[in-house]
Amino acid sequence: MSVIPRRRRLTLDVRHQVTGYLFIMPFLIGFALFFIVPFAQSVFYSLHKLTLTPTGAQFEYVRLANYERALFIDPLFTRRIFETVIRMVLTVPLVLCFSFFTAAVLNQKFKGRMAARVVFFLPVITSSSIVVALRGSDYIATIMGTATQASLGFFDVDTLGQFFEKQVGLPKSVVDYLVSAANAIPEIVRLSGIQMLVFLAGLQSIPRALYEAAEVEGSTGWESFWLITFPMISPLILTNMVYTLVDFFVGPSNTAVLSIRDAAFGALGHGVSCAMSMIYFAAVSVVIAISVGVVSRRVFYYN
Amino acid sequence: MSTTVSADRPLQVQPKLLRMLRSIKLAALVWSVLRAVLIIGIGFIVLYPLLINCVSALMPENDLYDPSVRWVPNRLTLDNIRMAWRLMEYPSAFLNSAALSLLAAALQLMSCTVIGYGFARYRIKGGNLWFSLVILTLIVPPEMTLIPQYLNFRYFDLYGLLPDGGINLIGTLWPAILTSALGMGLKSGLLIYIMRQFFKGLPQDLEDAAYVDGAGPFATFLRVMVPSAVPGLVVVFLFSVVWQWNDSLIVTMFLGGKKYLPNMLGDLARRTAIEVIGDNNQIVSPYTSIINNTGSVLVMAPLVALYIFCQRFFVETIERTGLVG
Repeated sequence: MSVIPRRRRLTLDVRHQVTGYLFIMPFLIGFALFFIVPFAQSVFYSLHKLTLTPTGAQFEYVRLANYERALFIDPLFTRRIFETVIRMVLTVPLVLCFSFFTAAVLNQKFKGRMAARVVFFLPVITSSSIVVALRGSDYIATIMGTATQASLGFFDVDTLGQFFEKQVGLPKSVVDYLVSAANAIPEIVRLSGIQMLVFLAGLQSIPRALYEAAEVEGSTGWESFWLITFPMISPLILTNMVYTLVDFFVGPSNTAVLSIRDAAFGALGHGVSCAMSMIYFAAVSVVIAISVGVVSRRVFYYN
Repeated sequence: MSTTVSADRPLQVQPKLLRMLRSIKLAALVWSVLRAVLIIGIGFIVLYPLLINCVSALMPENDLYDPSVRWVPNRLTLDNIRMAWRLMEYPSAFLNSAALSLLAAALQLMSCTVIGYGFARYRIKGGNLWFSLVILTLIVPPEMTLIPQYLNFRYFDLYGLLPDGGINLIGTLWPAILTSALGMGLKSGLLIYIMRQFFKGLPQDLEDAAYVDGAGPFATFLRVMVPSAVPGLVVVFLFSVVWQWNDSLIVTMFLGGKKYLPNMLGDLARRTAIEVIGDNNQIVSPYTSIINNTGSVLVMAPLVALYIFCQRFFVETIERTGLVG
């Protein structure tokens, strides 16, 4: 008698577990086949010299030679890694600020808001890596750009930079950063599409009641922004930061990835390429871990 | 904001109030002008490269050397479009790309919906761990596992399960089909994340009502939950199509040999130089640049048309997908 209800309760729970696992089963299979196995193989290859034959691949254990090759002998790779990391550190804050600010503007009510949103999100559609790569070396864009690319159409960035350095007396490093930031505006706009949408969605999900309560207490718009909007949106800053870092990491403007691809299909071979991607992954993981560690401590969770 | 004048201070309050009102109005006006300038400026930055592409697609080559022409060509021509059309073998490349994108997107839609639903609606043991692995697949770049993947598909034997050194899947659609169907396609992690958030946002009552009516878990999923999630499904599908369409890595690595728009565009300058100019050294030249721009327009145009057609879904619905959470 007492066995039957116990068994029934057990089966209900087990059934819930089994059904749940059935739903996520495709991911588990895919993860094992197309992630864990290739990842382990990548580690294995990075320690071997690889030769392809018609019937398969042959391996020769070379210990850390591939890593040495990538780090100390290849003339470009280490430099490109440092370049990428530095550009990442400079670009990501700008992308976050820009997308947040734009989302705040697009969240206000004004005429043509829909049109503005449609245009601002356009880069997500149009910046395929190959189109962006062609743009970077385009002849016509360079001719036309004499008026627009280097000077953004409104002012000459370099002259303005010199003005700030000589006349206003800002330190050179600050001016250089601002100049490079101004020159990077098109790229930042291009990288900000998804983040902008995420922030926009976040801004719209903040309960109205919070602002009304603040207003009753006599808070100004400025105070409401820093004490309500900013903390409420801060989890999304973390999400967007990680997304931006990753997007930058795998993006078309990234020179370290070029090294990895060149090595794979060039003279250096798969082993060195795998070693390079290991080093690259390690470098970027460190950047992501540090930034997440710094930012997540300041994140505020409403619930 | 009452303007009634009290008896003891008849005239002092009103001007002060008026001044305050005026300064608020002025600030609002200044802000709306500033906002308009900013939005137009950013819009310009977004549209500028597209404008260059379109203008040069319609510009005859002579106009490039004409210093009086920058934005408005002397006459419009379709020659560039015809040339790029022919060199890219546009009709077949378009069909291949469309077939690949739609197939992969349909598979990704199915797998990511199912997986996202499992993560959202079932409290399975180890669920958090598995979900963190979904995020991990997002942040590990495809380059990381590219070579082993390539070799696995080149000598595909399901890790020893199939005999005789395996089958060569490179150059077929199978790598895209397998990865997309098993939740490991292009940015599948992000799509799973979107679907999970979306399903989490649906009310529990919906599910309970279905169970009360005697539906099993799979009938509930297919008949009740999926129809309620249509906006989310549209967003996931469109994202997937866009990413697949624009991706050149998978196309060149795993589907090599066939004609797809991204790799035809990448090869366009070389083909123009050899087949039209007849000089291998002219890969970077004004004419190839015109053709490159035209090719970019041809690659982007279908997506832009799709986007304009569905922009309500893209921009409005994503706010309701609960991408935030």
